[in-house]
Amino acid sequence: MSEAPSVVLVTGVSRFLGGHLAARLASDPSIERVLGVDTTPPSREMRRRMGRAEFVRVDIRNPLIGKVISTAKVDTVVHASLSGNPGQSGGRSMMMEMNVIGTMQLLAACQRSDTVRRLVVKSTSAVYGASSRDPATFTEQTEPKAIPPGGYAKDAVEIEGYVRSFSRRRPDVPVTTLRFVNLIGPRIDTSFVRYFSLPVVPVVLGYDARVQLLHEEDAVAVLERAAAHDLPGVYNVGGAGVLMLSQAIRRAGRLPLPIPQPAVPLVGRFTRRARLVDFSPEQMRLLNFGRVVDTTKLRGEFGFTPRWTTVQAFDDFVAGRGLRPVIDPARLGRLQDTAQAVARALPSGA
Amino acid sequence: MPEARVIPLRSDGGRPRNRPRPAPRRASRPGVGPLTERTAAARGLTGPDGAVESPEVTVPAPGGELATLPAPEGPNELEERVAEVGEFLQRRVTGRYSVDDFGFDRDLTEHVVLPLLRPLYERWFRVETIGTENVPLHGGALLVANHSGTVPLDALMTTVAVHDDLAVPRYLRMLAADLVFGLPGVGATARKAGHTLACNADAEALLGAGELVGVWPEGFKGIGKDFADRYKLQRFGRGGFVSAALRSGVPIIPCSIVGAEETYPKIADIGPLARLLGVPYFPITPTWPLLGPLGLVPLPSKWYIEFGEPIPTDSYEPGAADDPMLVFNLTDQVRENIQQTLYRLLAGRRNAFLG
Repeated sequence: MSEAPSVVLVTGVSRFLGGHLAARLASDPSIERVLGVDTTPPSREMRRRMGRAEFVRVDIRNPLIGKVISTAKVDTVVHASLSGNPGQSGGRSMMMEMNVIGTMQLLAACQRSDTVRRLVVKSTSAVYGASSRDPATFTEQTEPKAIPPGGYAKDAVEIEGYVRSFSRRRPDVPVTTLRFVNLIGPRIDTSFVRYFSLPVVPVVLGYDARVQLLHEEDAVAVLERAAAHDLPGVYNVGGAGVLMLSQAIRRAGRLPLPIPQPAVPLVGRFTRRARLVDFSPEQMRLLNFGRVVDTTKLRGEFGFTPRWTTVQAFDDFVAGRGLRPVIDPARLGRLQDTAQAVARALPSGA
Repeated sequence: MPEARVIPLRSDGGRPRNRPRPAPRRASRPGVGPLTERTAAARGLTGPDGAVESPEVTVPAPGGELATLPAPEGPNELEERVAEVGEFLQRRVTGRYSVDDFGFDRDLTEHVVLPLLRPLYERWFRVETIGTENVPLHGGALLVANHSGTVPLDALMTTVAVHDDLAVPRYLRMLAADLVFGLPGVGATARKAGHTLACNADAEALLGAGELVGVWPEGFKGIGKDFADRYKLQRFGRGGFVSAALRSGVPIIPCSIVGAEETYPKIADIGPLARLLGVPYFPITPTWPLLGPLGLVPLPSKWYIEFGEPIPTDSYEPGAADDPMLVFNLTDQVRENIQQTLYRLLAGRRNAFLG
């Protein structure tokens, strides 16, 4: 049943995930054609990396996408363009348009097509929301306590709804939905990466979130595996282990700036205006409570174990970006030597 | 103890009176020194969150504070301690420690949380543990205890008990109400100390991982009951803890805590104020809010924590957790066991403060 793909269509190729996936698929000689679509052309470096993959400049909100699929006889569609970074997508309402309306059009085109026989959708673990009433880890079956109120998470919930109705209408097409945790790595650019790159990192006073991360390379590898195999179902995708937000900030050598809960939206507006980080309110809630997903199904049924743990992925990001710690660990070591010397010099039983 | 007199006593009629206090385990642990010094060091150097204030304070603080305390074994001991504190601080500043999926920070619990609770445990409440051999040293187990005292000090003292008074220190992973995790400061600290939300998913995940899990099934009904109702067990939730134990096949260890009821005797409750603050109750004790912040000091009652014989759950056939009648019966059995032990302990107690 699990046939190797011959013509693959990848959405969102001008961004990290889509572009690198297209590049990987293009380097596989068993795949006949790789089509990458996006509204903006990929960067020169990305195009070089993509090799023989073809770039089609088309808006997936446009019915033209159906024509692309039918003329190229696309058999595998990887929808990797879901974005949670409004800065890259031309604003928040534009991001919602691209995410939700784009997915609807793409699914409509896939439903019409008689060549498509596999669909892979990139989703996000943000669909679980984040609250104090949630269990420590989310499995694929966990119902969110509160439906995310808006923004990226709500888009993702709606997209997953459309994907479910697609698979009801086309039961012959196996659909893989991948719920990614926050991606991190030396090259990818997300709101989360920008957040940790700030010299002083705002955190919510009195809260410390558990953070689960996935290395950018693992994310590409998961999508590649899903594109090449029939693995229907919903899978959580995340690295093993967690970091506390405070711990991550310390590992990156940044300084935390605790902000009282009521002032958080204000600071959020400021960082958006200053074009530092654009966090939507529901992403802010992530900073309060954090979110950890259970990846047993990914490791078992899906057959993929991320190469990087959360901690390793984060350290790779810190090393790759060349983030310099504000407090030098070597200085701490010297301080301790001094303290020990003082202790040695003190008279005993004083 | 009026209620103690009317209760038929079982077995030996109370706890052994002159039972020697378990030898302080710390003395036998290498590299860990007397409690006061450790606490002083932990207090002086770390903030409430375990966040390091500033590395500069490391130099004067340990020297200054430790020098005033008797150093039992010469300067080497002191130097070791400074090294230990220094290494801890370095780990904290650089983030080189690990937390599990639930957010449990073992390093912080061991070096900050437990040392802060220990004076309360040893000096203030003079907690005496009975039946520690009933707590398995390895593998999953569910510890079920009575809840009382307006402020969950009983839960905190039990975490110290299972760490300090067992032959092998264990960490009690408690299941707490969602209210706890919504509170700023408290919620984050609770997660770091290894506690998680009271729900079946988390309970089974922890039990499956071989952890010692603690539940207080009476919940707010137990902890917030009036002083007049002391040591009368409330309804044991809906038996969710029993089904979690059944599914995981781990033993249930009944745990009876005497002394917590007298720490903050709740004589009245201001309902409207509680509703306004969004808390389950607003307690009035003889000292709170009459004496202001002084009313926050718990009364120094003498405590006993008795661990009862484990109730095995692995002999039931699979699917037993879905049999409500069996779950109810087991819940009642655990509740009855704790209630009887409480009465027995109370009967053997002459005075709430002297023991």
